[in-house]
Amino acid sequence: MIRHPGNPTILPAAPLVPPAARSRTAGGLAVAASQGRFALQVCADCGRSQYPPREACVGCLGARLNWRDVPTGGVLSAASTVRISSDPYFRQHTPWRMGSVRLDCGVDAMVHLHRDCAVGGRVSMVLKLDKAGQGVMVALPETDINAMQSDPKFRAFTCDPAGRRVLVTDGRTTFGQAAARALIAAGAEVFLGIAAPWHPFPGQNDLPGTPMTLDLTDGISVQNAAAAIGARVDIIVNTSGYFRPGAGDARAAMEVSYFAALRLAQLFVPALQARAGDGTHPACAWVNMIGINGLVPDPAASLASAANAATLALVRALRPTMRPLKLINAFVGPLDDQWHQALPPPKTSTAQFAQAVIAALRDGVEDIAVGDIARHILAQWHDNAAITLHA
Amino acid sequence: MSSLAAFAADLAAGSLKIVDLTQTLAPDFPTIVLPPQFGQCAPFRMEVISRYDDAGPGWFWHNISVGEHTGTHFDAPVHWVTGKDLPNNTTDTLVVQNLIAPACVVDCSKDAANNGDYLLTVATLEAWEAKHGKIPAGNWVLFRSDWSKRSGADYANVLEDGAHTPGPDAAAVQWLVDRGVLGLGVETIGTDAGQAHTFTPMYPAHTLMHGAGRYGLQCLCNLDQLPPTGAMIVAAPLKILGGSGSPLRVLAIVPA
Repeated sequence: MIRHPGNPTILPAAPLVPPAARSRTAGGLAVAASQGRFALQVCADCGRSQYPPREACVGCLGARLNWRDVPTGGVLSAASTVRISSDPYFRQHTPWRMGSVRLDCGVDAMVHLHRDCAVGGRVSMVLKLDKAGQGVMVALPETDINAMQSDPKFRAFTCDPAGRRVLVTDGRTTFGQAAARALIAAGAEVFLGIAAPWHPFPGQNDLPGTPMTLDLTDGISVQNAAAAIGARVDIIVNTSGYFRPGAGDARAAMEVSYFAALRLAQLFVPALQARAGDGTHPACAWVNMIGINGLVPDPAASLASAANAATLALVRALRPTMRPLKLINAFVGPLDDQWHQALPPPKTSTAQFAQAVIAALRDGVEDIAVGDIARHILAQWHDNAAITLHA
Repeated sequence: MSSLAAFAADLAAGSLKIVDLTQTLAPDFPTIVLPPQFGQCAPFRMEVISRYDDAGPGWFWHNISVGEHTGTHFDAPVHWVTGKDLPNNTTDTLVVQNLIAPACVVDCSKDAANNGDYLLTVATLEAWEAKHGKIPAGNWVLFRSDWSKRSGADYANVLEDGAHTPGPDAAAVQWLVDRGVLGLGVETIGTDAGQAHTFTPMYPAHTLMHGAGRYGLQCLCNLDQLPPTGAMIVAAPLKILGGSGSPLRVLAIVPA
């Protein structure tokens, strides 16, 4: 069942965001949340976990505070329901449940509280990106594996495709087709963009969803698509990009990667942003398939590295300006396609990509690595970005 | 009265009319597609510079980008390796006298319109000559197939083994070269048949025509409005430095 927007005869709920003012240090929470990790600062001298993020250890005043994954368990000490707020975002969303949790790692934290968490009971903690893109602590019942969906309030932290309309931008590729199929299976209604429909391509006689003409290398085509479906699409999954090894036509590569994303950003995404607060299933996410070589350049794919780096820089620069939308980077390694026939596995498969996109939307994370190579490189990069360039 | 004055008077009086043989240059018009490992001809693209707005309050204009062989376009001899060393073989050095020339229109639409594998043969050309007289040297030969009346996938007609669109066989091209024609004009995306990569020589219209210094016109339309003989073609490509071809406006002047 596809969701319905709000009452069309009244002004829609504005796409507001919760308070975003945080210190640079607190960005570590957002980094962890963007990857689906639960990490806090841990003192390298005395081992004490810290919250909220700070510059010196509350135990020994040591300055060597490193972001480390910590145990996710805790006990709910106290709970309250906020009924009145001075903040415009929370005024839209009250009543809102808050609580104080004593984490197993020893810190006390004020957290967003799932409706089924009982005072005195065990909770499972996660870090989630809120609508402002900040990493916030959320307490969930330990036994509910579907907890982010079972409390309607928590849907705001995720982008579950169920009940939403999704545009998959490039249905000419098996990756776009696989993503579309998986999204439909996950309960979404899918529009599938097809460039140059006059030219045949594999799978064209069995396309999932609603195929429509869309060529991201042509601004007029993007404008036409935005006019046709921009007011209905809640999620964009952009599978257009340049993922080939070696060199090639640089201008054409930038057209299908950087300029394609730029046209979406300028001509299509604003329609989503305007509806990001409206209805039961507001517009919520823009996913881009990006080669991991855009993060760490690959000498075997110099052109793709530059093209993907350009796309990545664009998406990262736009992120704070496009809230409350989530801008999800789905980093892929070498694809299991005809262009990589000579490369042995592991390669990123269509099924891996499609399932990873669904999972990222459901979890509300913003940086995912698809396949072993992308996962390895992303982990290396988080560990020491500079050294990956010399690996 | 000079012949030019008579021409102007005929135009003004409507006893001569102008037929536009040009497809609209639009982003979604099919282009030639080579195997993916080769470089590709860019489709037509346009982006607004300003539209009476903050980027230009009183004026409207575009930046455009396009391949030399996109849309209705002209092929110069240098386009093919066989013509690479000929004199006056690029768009900026073409003999301008050739850019206005008469045309013989060979109508094969009855057989070609629904047959992507239709081939123009010497027999057909000889039959045309038997009816309309010998094709004079220096004339364009325009091959009417009515494929310009198709659009999209039907126009490109790309199947699993490549494009299937009408064109000349190798013997017909050699015959036209021997007649001294100025060039071959067609309604399809290439002067060669869609399956011409299987011919000997490969791509005869390109190989033989350009090797002989002759020209090509592609993606023409409205050939059904031209008489078999007597049309005058104005086909002047952009004067691109060292260019291999260019999109252009092709006009035919015909008796009303």
